Amino acid sequence: MEILQLIVSGLANGSVYGLIALGFVLIYKATEQVNFAQGDMMMLGAFIALGLGNDSQLGAPFWLACAGAILAMAAIGWTLERAVLRHLFGQPQIAAMMLTIALGFLLRFVAGAIWGHDPLALENPVAGKTLRLGGTVLGLDEVATIAVTVLLTGLLYLFFRRTRLGVAMQASSQNQLAAYCMGIPVRRVHGLIWALAGATAAVAGILFASKGSIDPGTGFLGIKAFAAAVIGGFGSLPGALAGGLIVGLIEPFASRYLATGYAPIVPYAVMLLVLVVRPHGIFAQVHAKKV
Amino acid sequence: MSVPLLEVRNLECFYGPVMALRGVSLDVPEGKTVAVLGGNGAGKTTLLRTVSGIMDPEKGEVLLSGVPIAGIEPDRIVRSGLVHVPEGREVFPLLSVEENLEMGAYTRRDGGVSEDAAAVFDYFPVLRERLRQPAGTLSGGEQQMLAIARALMARPRIMLLDEPSLGLSPVMVRDIFAIIRRLKEERGVTMLLVEQNATMALDVADFGYVLENGQIALDGPAERLKRNADIREFYLGARTVSPRGDRRWKRRKTWRS
Ligand SMILES: Nc1ncnc2c1ncn2[C@@H]1O[C@H](COP(=O)(O)OP(=O)(O)O)[C@@H](O)[C@H]1O
Ligand SMILES: [Mg+2]
Repeated sequence: MEILQLIVSGLANGSVYGLIALGFVLIYKATEQVNFAQGDMMMLGAFIALGLGNDSQLGAPFWLACAGAILAMAAIGWTLERAVLRHLFGQPQIAAMMLTIALGFLLRFVAGAIWGHDPLALENPVAGKTLRLGGTVLGLDEVATIAVTVLLTGLLYLFFRRTRLGVAMQASSQNQLAAYCMGIPVRRVHGLIWALAGATAAVAGILFASKGSIDPGTGFLGIKAFAAAVIGGFGSLPGALAGGLIVGLIEPFASRYLATGYAPIVPYAVMLLVLVVRPHGIFAQVHAKKV
Repeated sequence: MSVPLLEVRNLECFYGPVMALRGVSLDVPEGKTVAVLGGNGAGKTTLLRTVSGIMDPEKGEVLLSGVPIAGIEPDRIVRSGLVHVPEGREVFPLLSVEENLEMGAYTRRDGGVSEDAAAVFDYFPVLRERLRQPAGTLSGGEQQMLAIARALMARPRIMLLDEPSLGLSPVMVRDIFAIIRRLKEERGVTMLLVEQNATMALDVADFGYVLENGQIALDGPAERLKRNADIREFYLGARTVSPRGDRRWKRRKTWRS
Protein backbone atom coordinates (compact mmCIF):
# COMPACT_ATOMS: atom_id res chain seq x y z
CA MET A 1 0.00 0.00 0.00
CA GLU A 2 1.39 3.32 -1.01
CA ILE A 3 0.16 5.28 2.01
CA LEU A 4 2.17 3.06 4.36
CA GLN A 5 5.29 3.66 2.32
CA LEU A 6 4.75 7.40 2.47
CA ILE A 7 4.22 7.23 6.22
CA VAL A 8 7.35 5.16 6.81
CA SER A 9 9.55 7.35 4.67
CA GLY A 10 8.04 10.44 6.29
CA LEU A 11 8.71 9.09 9.77
CA ALA A 12 12.26 8.16 8.78
CA ASN A 13 13.02 11.67 7.55
CA GLY A 14 11.13 13.07 10.50
CA SER A 15 13.33 11.07 12.86
CA VAL A 16 16.39 12.81 11.48
CA TYR A 17 14.74 16.24 11.76
CA GLY A 18 13.61 15.35 15.26
CA LEU A 19 17.11 14.39 16.36
CA ILE A 20 18.55 17.62 15.00
CA ALA A 21 15.73 19.56 16.66
CA LEU A 22 16.58 17.77 19.88
CA GLY A 23 20.07 19.22 19.68
CA PHE A 24 18.67 22.73 19.21
CA VAL A 25 16.41 22.38 22.22
CA LEU A 26 18.99 20.71 24.48
CA ILE A 27 21.36 23.61 24.02
CA TYR A 28 18.69 26.29 24.11
CA LYS A 29 17.12 25.04 27.31
CA ALA A 30 20.41 24.85 29.12
CA THR A 31 22.16 27.97 27.88
CA GLU A 32 19.51 30.08 26.11
CA GLN A 33 21.79 30.05 23.10
CA VAL A 34 20.56 28.83 19.72
CA ASN A 35 23.10 26.73 17.87
CA PHE A 36 22.42 27.43 14.23
CA ALA A 37 25.23 25.05 13.28
CA GLN A 38 23.28 22.06 14.60
CA GLY A 39 22.42 20.93 11.05
CA ASP A 40 26.02 21.32 9.99
CA MET A 41 27.16 19.28 12.96
CA MET A 42 24.82 16.56 11.70
CA MET A 43 26.44 16.82 8.26
CA LEU A 44 29.95 16.68 9.72
CA GLY A 45 29.04 13.67 11.88
CA ALA A 46 27.86 11.87 8.76
CA PHE A 47 31.06 12.71 6.89
CA ILE A 48 33.25 11.53 9.76
CA ALA A 49 31.40 8.19 9.84
CA LEU A 50 31.74 7.93 6.09
CA GLY A 51 35.39 8.90 6.18
CA LEU A 52 36.12 6.24 8.74
CA GLY A 53 33.90 3.50 7.37
CA ASN A 54 33.55 3.67 3.59
CA ASP A 55 35.74 1.24 1.66
CA SER A 56 37.18 3.99 -0.52
CA GLN A 57 38.21 5.88 2.60
CA LEU A 58 39.60 4.32 5.82
CA GLY A 59 37.45 1.22 5.52
CA ALA A 60 36.85 0.63 9.23
CA PRO A 61 33.95 -1.66 10.23
CA PHE A 62 30.58 0.15 10.13
CA TRP A 63 29.92 0.02 13.88
CA LEU A 64 33.38 1.25 14.69
CA ALA A 65 32.97 4.11 12.23
CA CYS A 66 29.65 5.06 13.88
CA ALA A 67 31.15 4.98 17.37
CA GLY A 68 34.07 7.05 16.15
CA ALA A 69 31.81 9.67 14.57
CA ILE A 70 29.62 9.91 17.67
CA LEU A 71 32.61 10.31 19.96
CA ALA A 72 34.26 12.81 17.64
CA MET A 73 31.13 14.97 17.44
CA ALA A 74 30.67 14.81 21.21
CA ALA A 75 34.26 16.00 21.60
CA ILE A 76 33.73 18.76 19.04
CA GLY A 77 30.56 19.93 20.80
CA TRP A 78 32.25 19.91 24.18
CA THR A 79 35.26 21.80 22.85
CA LEU A 80 33.12 24.43 21.14
CA GLU A 81 31.33 25.18 24.38
CA ARG A 82 34.53 25.25 26.34
CA ALA A 83 36.57 27.32 23.91
CA VAL A 84 34.01 29.68 22.46
CA LEU A 85 30.39 29.70 23.62
CA ARG A 86 31.17 29.78 27.32
CA HIS A 87 32.70 33.19 26.81
CA LEU A 88 29.52 34.51 25.20
CA PHE A 89 27.45 33.49 28.17
CA GLY A 90 25.44 36.45 29.42
CA GLN A 91 26.02 38.38 26.17
CA PRO A 92 22.99 39.22 24.02
CA GLN A 93 21.64 36.16 22.23
CA ILE A 94 22.53 37.68 18.88
CA ALA A 95 26.24 37.14 19.65
CA ALA A 96 25.90 33.37 19.97
CA MET A 97 23.56 33.35 16.98
CA MET A 98 26.04 35.08 14.68
CA LEU A 99 28.84 32.94 15.97
CA THR A 100 27.07 29.65 15.34
CA ILE A 101 25.97 30.79 11.88
CA ALA A 102 29.61 31.49 11.10
CA LEU A 103 30.53 28.14 12.58
CA GLY A 104 28.10 26.51 10.14
CA PHE A 105 29.92 28.13 7.22
CA LEU A 106 33.20 26.90 8.61
CA LEU A 107 32.00 23.32 9.02
CA ARG A 108 30.60 23.26 5.46
CA PHE A 109 33.88 24.64 4.17
CA VAL A 110 35.95 22.06 6.06
CA ALA A 111 33.72 19.18 4.94
CA GLY A 112 33.85 20.41 1.34
CA ALA A 113 37.63 20.71 1.44
CA ILE A 114 38.06 17.17 2.75
CA TRP A 115 35.26 15.21 1.07
CA GLY A 116 34.35 17.39 -1.91
CA HIS A 117 30.92 18.62 -2.95
CA ASP A 118 29.49 15.54 -4.68
CA PRO A 119 26.85 13.59 -2.76
CA LEU A 120 28.26 10.52 -1.02
CA ALA A 121 26.41 7.65 0.66
CA LEU A 122 27.47 6.00 3.88
CA GLU A 123 28.06 2.29 3.23
CA ASN A 124 26.06 0.34 5.78
CA PRO A 125 24.61 -3.12 6.47
CA VAL A 126 20.99 -2.23 5.60
CA ALA A 127 21.55 -0.25 2.39
CA GLY A 128 19.31 -1.38 -0.47
CA LYS A 129 17.64 -4.12 1.58
CA THR A 130 13.88 -4.25 1.85
CA LEU A 131 11.33 -5.44 4.30
CA ARG A 132 8.09 -7.05 3.13
CA LEU A 133 5.06 -6.26 5.24
CA GLY A 134 1.95 -7.93 3.79
CA GLY A 135 1.84 -6.56 0.28
CA THR A 136 4.02 -3.53 1.04
CA VAL A 137 7.71 -3.25 0.39
CA LEU A 138 9.51 -0.98 2.84
CA GLY A 139 13.13 0.17 2.75
CA LEU A 140 15.01 -1.53 5.58
CA ASP A 141 17.14 1.61 5.94
CA GLU A 142 14.03 3.66 6.67
CA VAL A 143 12.68 1.15 9.15
CA ALA A 144 16.09 0.98 10.84
CA THR A 145 16.22 4.77 11.06
CA ILE A 146 12.92 4.83 12.90
CA ALA A 147 13.99 1.99 15.18
CA VAL A 148 17.29 3.64 16.08
CA THR A 149 15.50 6.90 16.82
CA VAL A 150 13.01 5.16 19.10
CA LEU A 151 15.88 3.45 20.88
CA LEU A 152 17.87 6.65 21.29
CA THR A 153 14.79 8.48 22.56
CA GLY A 154 14.28 5.76 25.15
CA LEU A 155 17.90 5.97 26.27
CA LEU A 156 17.73 9.75 26.52
CA TYR A 157 14.50 9.49 28.49
CA LEU A 158 16.11 7.11 30.98
CA PHE A 159 19.19 9.30 31.16
CA PHE A 160 17.21 12.44 31.94
CA ARG A 161 14.82 10.79 34.37
CA ARG A 162 16.96 8.25 36.14
CA THR A 163 20.52 9.44 36.36
CA ARG A 164 21.78 12.08 38.73
CA LEU A 165 23.61 13.88 35.94
CA GLY A 166 20.50 13.82 33.74
CA VAL A 167 18.32 15.30 36.47
CA ALA A 168 21.04 17.88 37.18
CA MET A 169 20.97 18.85 33.49
CA GLN A 170 17.23 19.41 33.73
CA ALA A 171 17.69 21.31 36.98
CA SER A 172 20.24 23.70 35.56
CA SER A 173 18.01 24.31 32.54
CA GLN A 174 15.06 25.13 34.76
CA ASN A 175 16.74 27.36 37.29
CA GLN A 176 20.36 28.19 36.86
CA LEU A 177 20.70 30.26 40.02
CA ALA A 178 19.32 27.44 42.16
CA ALA A 179 21.59 24.98 40.37
CA TYR A 180 24.63 27.06 41.29
CA CYS A 181 23.40 27.31 44.87
CA MET A 182 23.04 23.53 45.12
CA GLY A 183 26.58 22.96 43.94
CA ILE A 184 25.70 21.63 40.51
CA PRO A 185 28.73 22.47 38.35
CA VAL A 186 26.68 24.46 35.85
CA ARG A 187 29.52 25.21 33.43
CA ARG A 188 30.59 21.60 33.24
CA VAL A 189 26.95 20.65 32.68
CA HIS A 190 26.80 23.08 29.75
CA GLY A 191 29.86 21.45 28.21
CA LEU A 192 28.27 18.03 28.58
CA ILE A 193 25.03 19.29 27.01
CA TRP A 194 26.99 20.45 23.96
CA ALA A 195 28.69 17.07 23.87
CA LEU A 196 25.30 15.37 23.97
CA ALA A 197 23.99 17.66 21.22
CA GLY A 198 27.05 16.78 19.13
CA ALA A 199 26.51 13.07 19.68
CA THR A 200 22.82 13.20 18.71
CA ALA A 201 23.78 15.25 15.66
CA ALA A 202 26.20 12.47 14.67
CA VAL A 203 23.50 9.83 15.06
CA ALA A 204 21.14 11.92 12.94
CA GLY A 205 23.85 12.29 10.31
CA ILE A 206 24.63 8.58 10.25
CA LEU A 207 20.95 7.77 9.82
CA PHE A 208 20.51 10.36 7.11
CA ALA A 209 23.58 9.30 5.13
CA SER A 210 22.65 5.62 5.48
CA LYS A 211 19.33 5.99 3.74
CA GLY A 212 20.40 8.56 1.18
CA SER A 213 23.49 10.60 0.58
CA ILE A 214 25.10 13.73 1.92
CA ASP A 215 27.08 16.67 0.67
CA PRO A 216 28.29 19.71 2.64
CA GLY A 217 25.07 21.58 1.81
CA THR A 218 23.01 18.93 3.64
CA GLY A 219 23.68 20.97 6.77
CA PHE A 220 20.96 23.38 5.63
CA LEU A 221 18.54 20.69 6.73
CA GLY A 222 19.08 22.35 10.08
CA ILE A 223 16.65 25.09 9.03
CA LYS A 224 13.88 22.55 8.58
CA ALA A 225 14.76 20.99 11.91
CA PHE A 226 14.64 24.46 13.44
CA ALA A 227 11.09 24.82 12.17
CA ALA A 228 10.37 21.42 13.69
CA ALA A 229 11.73 22.57 17.04
CA VAL A 230 9.54 25.68 16.90
CA ILE A 231 6.48 23.60 16.04
CA GLY A 232 7.17 21.34 19.01
CA GLY A 233 7.69 24.24 21.37
CA PHE A 234 11.27 25.40 21.60
CA GLY A 235 12.03 24.11 25.05
CA SER A 236 10.48 20.69 25.20
CA LEU A 237 12.52 17.62 24.27
CA PRO A 238 9.54 15.38 23.43
CA GLY A 239 8.13 18.35 21.54
CA ALA A 240 11.27 18.61 19.40
CA LEU A 241 11.01 14.97 18.37
CA ALA A 242 7.30 15.28 17.73
CA GLY A 243 7.85 18.45 15.70
CA GLY A 244 10.42 16.59 13.61
CA LEU A 245 8.03 13.72 12.98
CA ILE A 246 5.24 16.13 12.06
CA VAL A 247 7.44 17.90 9.50
CA GLY A 248 8.71 14.57 8.20
CA LEU A 249 5.17 13.24 7.79
CA ILE A 250 3.87 16.37 6.09
CA GLU A 251 6.59 16.40 3.43
CA PRO A 252 5.91 13.23 1.43
CA PHE A 253 2.17 13.88 1.43
CA ALA A 254 2.64 17.50 0.42
CA SER A 255 4.87 16.57 -2.50
CA ARG A 256 2.52 13.75 -3.50
CA TYR A 257 -0.71 15.73 -3.41
CA LEU A 258 0.26 19.39 -3.96
CA ALA A 259 1.33 21.03 -7.19
CA THR A 260 5.09 20.91 -7.71
CA GLY A 261 6.91 23.78 -6.07
CA TYR A 262 4.54 24.15 -3.12
CA ALA A 263 5.72 21.19 -1.07
CA PRO A 264 8.98 22.68 0.29
CA ILE A 265 7.18 25.60 1.93
CA VAL A 266 4.61 23.48 3.75
CA PRO A 267 6.75 22.83 6.88
CA TYR A 268 7.27 26.57 7.28
CA ALA A 269 3.61 27.30 6.68
CA VAL A 270 2.81 24.86 9.47
CA MET A 271 5.37 26.57 11.67
CA LEU A 272 3.71 29.95 11.08
CA LEU A 273 0.31 28.46 11.74
CA VAL A 274 1.49 26.95 15.02
CA LEU A 275 3.11 30.23 16.05
CA VAL A 276 -0.17 32.03 15.45
CA VAL A 277 -2.38 29.51 17.18
CA ARG A 278 -0.04 28.39 19.96
CA PRO A 279 2.83 30.85 20.28
CA HIS A 280 4.75 28.60 22.67
CA GLY A 281 4.54 25.60 20.35
CA ILE A 282 2.42 22.51 20.59
CA PHE A 283 4.21 20.85 23.48
CA ALA A 284 5.36 23.91 25.38
CA GLN A 285 5.97 23.49 29.06
CA VAL A 286 4.77 26.85 30.23
CA HIS A 287 4.96 27.39 33.92
CA ALA A 288 4.31 30.60 35.73
CA LYS A 289 6.34 31.22 38.83
CA LYS A 290 4.07 31.52 41.82
CA VAL A 291 4.31 34.82 43.59
CA MET B 1 37.56 32.05 71.12
CA SER B 2 38.53 29.96 68.12
CA VAL B 3 38.10 31.29 64.58
CA PRO B 4 34.50 31.93 63.50
CA LEU B 5 33.10 29.41 61.03
CA LEU B 6 32.54 32.19 58.50
CA GLU B 7 34.49 35.43 58.31
CA VAL B 8 33.86 38.20 55.82
CA ARG B 9 36.59 40.85 55.57
CA ASN B 10 36.22 44.21 53.80
CA LEU B 11 34.17 42.86 50.96
CA GLU B 12 33.66 45.19 47.98
CA CYS B 13 31.39 44.35 45.07
CA PHE B 14 30.34 46.08 41.89
CA TYR B 15 27.63 45.73 39.28
CA GLY B 16 29.36 47.50 36.43
CA PRO B 17 29.95 50.99 37.82
CA VAL B 18 27.50 50.51 40.71
CA MET B 19 29.22 49.77 44.00
CA ALA B 20 26.88 47.45 45.90
CA LEU B 21 29.14 46.50 48.83
CA ARG B 22 31.50 49.05 50.34
CA GLY B 23 33.79 47.15 52.64
CA VAL B 24 31.57 44.75 54.59
CA SER B 25 33.03 42.68 57.44
CA LEU B 26 31.19 40.21 59.63
CA ASP B 27 31.63 36.99 61.59
CA VAL B 28 29.41 33.96 62.00
CA PRO B 29 30.51 31.73 64.89
CA GLU B 30 29.83 27.98 64.75
CA GLY B 31 26.34 27.03 65.95
CA LYS B 32 25.09 30.62 65.99
CA THR B 33 22.54 32.46 63.92
CA VAL B 34 23.59 35.84 62.64
CA ALA B 35 21.05 38.22 61.12
CA VAL B 36 21.79 40.84 58.48
CA LEU B 37 19.05 43.47 58.38
CA GLY B 38 18.57 46.19 55.85
CA GLY B 39 16.09 47.75 53.46
CA ASN B 40 15.65 47.15 49.79
CA GLY B 41 18.84 47.64 47.82
CA ALA B 42 21.06 47.70 50.89
CA GLY B 43 23.25 44.97 49.41
CA LYS B 44 22.06 41.95 51.40
CA THR B 45 21.57 39.67 48.40
CA THR B 46 24.87 40.79 46.90
CA LEU B 47 26.59 39.89 50.15
CA LEU B 48 25.18 36.36 50.17
CA ARG B 49 25.90 35.84 46.47
CA THR B 50 29.50 36.81 46.95
CA VAL B 51 29.92 34.58 49.98
CA SER B 52 28.49 31.57 48.12
CA GLY B 53 30.66 32.17 45.05
CA ILE B 54 27.89 33.12 42.62
CA MET B 55 29.51 36.54 42.29
CA ASP B 56 33.18 37.43 42.55
CA PRO B 57 34.18 40.26 44.86
CA GLU B 58 36.31 43.13 43.66
CA LYS B 59 38.19 43.21 46.94
CA GLY B 60 38.11 41.54 50.31
CA GLU B 61 38.16 38.07 51.76
CA VAL B 62 35.72 35.35 52.69
CA LEU B 63 37.06 32.66 55.02
CA LEU B 64 35.32 29.39 55.86
CA SER B 65 37.00 27.86 58.93
CA GLY B 66 39.92 30.13 58.12
CA VAL B 67 40.21 28.91 54.51
CA PRO B 68 39.78 31.59 51.82
CA ILE B 69 36.84 30.84 49.49
CA ALA B 70 36.22 34.17 47.74
CA GLY B 71 36.21 33.87 43.96
CA ILE B 72 36.21 30.05 43.73
CA GLU B 73 33.50 28.10 41.87
CA PRO B 74 30.19 27.78 43.75
CA ASP B 75 30.17 23.97 43.52
CA ARG B 76 33.46 23.81 45.39
CA ILE B 77 32.06 26.12 48.05
CA VAL B 78 29.01 23.88 48.48
CA ARG B 79 31.35 20.90 48.77
CA SER B 80 33.22 22.64 51.55
CA GLY B 81 29.97 22.96 53.51
CA LEU B 82 28.35 26.29 52.71
CA VAL B 83 24.89 26.33 51.13
CA HIS B 84 22.92 29.36 50.00
CA VAL B 85 19.11 29.45 49.90
CA PRO B 86 18.52 32.28 47.43
CA GLU B 87 15.88 34.97 47.65
CA GLY B 88 12.52 34.27 46.07
CA ARG B 89 11.97 30.52 46.53
CA GLU B 90 14.12 29.30 43.68
CA VAL B 91 12.98 25.73 43.15
CA PHE B 92 13.35 23.55 40.04
CA PRO B 93 9.74 24.01 38.90
CA LEU B 94 9.32 21.01 36.59
CA LEU B 95 11.18 18.55 38.79
CA SER B 96 9.28 16.71 41.49
CA VAL B 97 9.73 17.59 45.13
CA GLU B 98 11.75 14.39 45.52
CA GLU B 99 14.07 15.26 42.63
CA ASN B 100 14.53 18.77 44.02
CA LEU B 101 15.67 17.22 47.30
CA GLU B 102 18.02 14.85 45.45
CA MET B 103 19.58 17.85 43.74
CA GLY B 104 20.21 19.34 47.18
CA ALA B 105 22.43 16.34 47.86
CA TYR B 106 24.13 16.60 44.46
CA THR B 107 27.58 17.20 45.90
CA ARG B 108 27.35 14.29 48.32
CA ARG B 109 28.66 10.83 47.65
CA ASP B 110 28.12 9.35 51.11
CA GLY B 111 25.34 6.90 51.96
CA GLY B 112 23.50 9.07 54.46
CA VAL B 113 21.25 10.83 51.97
CA SER B 114 18.08 8.83 52.65
CA GLU B 115 18.54 9.20 56.42
CA ASP B 116 18.82 12.93 55.95
CA ALA B 117 15.69 12.95 53.82
CA ALA B 118 13.82 11.32 56.71
CA ALA B 119 15.18 13.95 59.11
CA VAL B 120 14.18 16.72 56.71
CA PHE B 121 10.60 15.41 56.52
CA ASP B 122 10.47 15.62 60.28
CA TYR B 123 10.80 19.38 59.91
CA PHE B 124 8.74 19.70 56.71
CA PRO B 125 6.06 16.99 56.87
CA VAL B 126 4.09 18.67 54.08
CA LEU B 127 6.87 17.81 51.60
CA ARG B 128 6.53 14.10 52.26
CA GLU B 129 2.92 14.28 51.09
CA ARG B 130 3.96 16.08 47.90
CA LEU B 131 6.96 13.96 46.89
CA ARG B 132 5.85 13.30 43.32
CA GLN B 133 4.34 16.71 42.66
CA PRO B 134 6.24 19.15 40.43
CA ALA B 135 7.78 21.81 42.65
CA GLY B 136 6.30 24.59 40.49
CA THR B 137 2.80 23.58 41.58
CA LEU B 138 3.49 24.04 45.31
CA SER B 139 2.22 27.11 47.15
CA GLY B 140 4.68 29.91 47.87
CA GLY B 141 5.21 28.83 51.45
CA GLU B 142 5.71 25.21 50.45
CA GLN B 143 8.25 26.27 47.85
CA GLN B 144 10.17 28.18 50.50
CA MET B 145 10.08 25.10 52.72
CA LEU B 146 11.34 23.00 49.83
CA ALA B 147 14.17 25.45 49.18
CA ILE B 148 15.30 25.23 52.81
CA ALA B 149 14.83 21.46 52.94
CA ARG B 150 16.81 21.06 49.73
CA ALA B 151 19.69 23.06 51.18
CA LEU B 152 19.66 20.89 54.31
CA MET B 153 20.11 17.83 52.10
CA ALA B 154 23.64 19.04 51.40
CA ARG B 155 24.31 18.60 55.13
CA PRO B 156 25.83 22.07 55.29
CA ARG B 157 28.08 23.38 58.03
CA ILE B 158 26.55 26.78 57.43
CA MET B 159 23.39 27.85 55.66
CA LEU B 160 22.78 31.29 54.11
CA LEU B 161 19.11 32.27 54.03
CA ASP B 162 18.06 35.20 51.85
CA GLU B 163 14.76 36.71 53.04
CA PRO B 164 12.90 33.48 53.73
CA SER B 165 9.83 35.48 54.76
CA LEU B 166 9.62 37.53 51.55
CA GLY B 167 6.13 37.55 50.05
CA LEU B 168 4.66 34.99 52.44
CA SER B 169 1.51 35.29 54.52
CA PRO B 170 1.99 36.15 58.22
CA VAL B 171 1.01 32.63 59.25
CA MET B 172 3.50 31.13 56.84
CA VAL B 173 6.22 33.51 58.01
CA ARG B 174 5.62 32.35 61.57
CA ASP B 175 5.82 28.69 60.51
CA ILE B 176 9.04 29.20 58.59
CA PHE B 177 10.68 31.00 61.49
CA ALA B 178 9.53 28.31 63.90
CA ILE B 179 11.32 25.78 61.71
CA ILE B 180 14.44 27.94 61.51
CA ARG B 181 14.48 28.14 65.29
CA ARG B 182 14.11 24.35 65.62
CA LEU B 183 16.93 23.78 63.13
CA LYS B 184 19.13 26.02 65.22
CA GLU B 185 18.19 24.61 68.60
CA GLU B 186 17.80 20.92 67.78
CA ARG B 187 20.44 20.45 65.11
CA GLY B 188 22.82 23.30 65.87
CA VAL B 189 22.73 24.53 62.26
CA THR B 190 24.86 27.65 61.79
CA MET B 191 22.99 30.31 59.84
CA LEU B 192 23.54 33.65 58.20
CA LEU B 193 20.03 35.03 57.92
CA VAL B 194 19.21 38.02 55.74
CA GLU B 195 15.88 39.71 56.45
CA GLN B 196 13.83 42.86 56.17
CA ASN B 197 11.53 41.40 58.79
CA ALA B 198 13.70 42.49 61.70
CA THR B 199 11.33 41.41 64.47
CA MET B 200 11.33 37.81 63.33
CA ALA B 201 15.02 37.75 62.50
CA LEU B 202 16.21 39.26 65.79
CA ASP B 203 13.99 36.85 67.72
CA VAL B 204 15.86 33.85 66.41
CA ALA B 205 19.32 35.41 65.90
CA ASP B 206 22.15 35.64 68.40
CA PHE B 207 23.84 38.57 66.73
CA GLY B 208 22.81 41.14 64.16
CA TYR B 209 24.26 43.52 61.62
CA VAL B 210 22.43 46.37 59.93
CA LEU B 211 23.45 46.94 56.33
CA GLU B 212 22.80 50.31 54.70
CA ASN B 213 24.03 51.36 51.27
CA GLY B 214 26.48 48.49 51.16
CA GLN B 215 28.01 49.27 54.54
CA ILE B 216 27.52 47.93 58.05
CA ALA B 217 25.80 50.79 59.88
CA LEU B 218 25.32 49.05 63.19
CA ASP B 219 25.97 45.71 64.83
CA GLY B 220 25.48 44.05 68.17
CA PRO B 221 23.90 41.17 70.05
CA ALA B 222 20.32 40.58 68.93
CA GLU B 223 18.92 41.53 72.33
CA ARG B 224 20.63 44.89 72.23
CA LEU B 225 19.59 45.61 68.66
CA LYS B 226 16.01 44.88 69.55
CA ARG B 227 16.19 47.56 72.21
CA ASN B 228 17.99 50.07 69.98
CA ALA B 229 15.72 52.99 69.21
CA ASP B 230 16.71 53.40 65.55
CA ILE B 231 16.20 49.76 64.80
CA ARG B 232 12.88 49.85 66.54
CA GLU B 233 11.81 52.72 64.41
CA PHE B 234 13.17 51.64 61.04
CA TYR B 235 12.90 47.92 61.12
CA LEU B 236 10.47 46.93 63.80
CA GLY B 237 7.87 49.40 62.63
CA ALA B 238 7.51 51.07 66.01
CA ARG B 239 6.66 54.78 65.77
CA THR B 240 8.25 57.13 68.19
CA VAL B 241 7.42 60.77 68.39
CA SER B 242 10.26 62.77 66.96
CA PRO B 243 10.61 65.83 64.76
CA ARG B 244 11.94 63.63 61.97
CA GLY B 245 9.29 61.02 62.46
CA ASP B 246 7.33 61.85 59.35
CA ARG B 247 10.29 61.64 57.08
CA ARG B 248 11.31 58.35 58.56
CA TRP B 249 7.83 57.00 58.14
CA LYS B 250 7.97 57.76 54.44
CA ARG B 251 11.20 55.84 54.16
CA ARG B 252 9.62 52.93 55.92
CA LYS B 253 6.91 52.77 53.31
CA THR B 254 9.33 52.37 50.46
CA TRP B 255 10.47 49.04 51.83
CA ARG B 256 8.95 45.78 50.87
CA SER B 257 6.65 44.60 53.62
N1 LIG C 1 21.98 42.58 38.60
C1 LIG C 1 22.21 43.83 39.02
N2 LIG C 1 22.70 44.76 38.17
C2 LIG C 1 22.95 46.04 38.59
N3 LIG C 1 22.75 46.46 39.84
C3 LIG C 1 22.28 45.58 40.74
C4 LIG C 1 21.99 44.22 40.37
N4 LIG C 1 21.54 43.57 41.47
C5 LIG C 1 21.54 44.47 42.45
N5 LIG C 1 21.99 45.68 42.04
C6 LIG C 1 22.14 46.90 42.84
O1 LIG C 1 23.00 46.61 43.93
C7 LIG C 1 22.50 47.16 45.12
C8 LIG C 1 22.30 46.07 46.15
O2 LIG C 1 21.28 45.17 45.70
P1 LIG C 1 20.89 43.86 46.51
O3 LIG C 1 22.11 43.19 46.98
O4 LIG C 1 19.96 43.07 45.66
O5 LIG C 1 20.11 44.49 47.75
P2 LIG C 1 19.10 43.80 48.75
O6 LIG C 1 19.17 42.33 48.61
O7 LIG C 1 19.56 44.30 50.08
O8 LIG C 1 17.74 44.33 48.43
C9 LIG C 1 21.22 47.88 44.74
O9 LIG C 1 21.53 49.24 44.58
C10 LIG C 1 20.81 47.29 43.44
O10 LIG C 1 20.17 48.24 42.64
MG1 LIG D 1 17.72 40.99 48.27
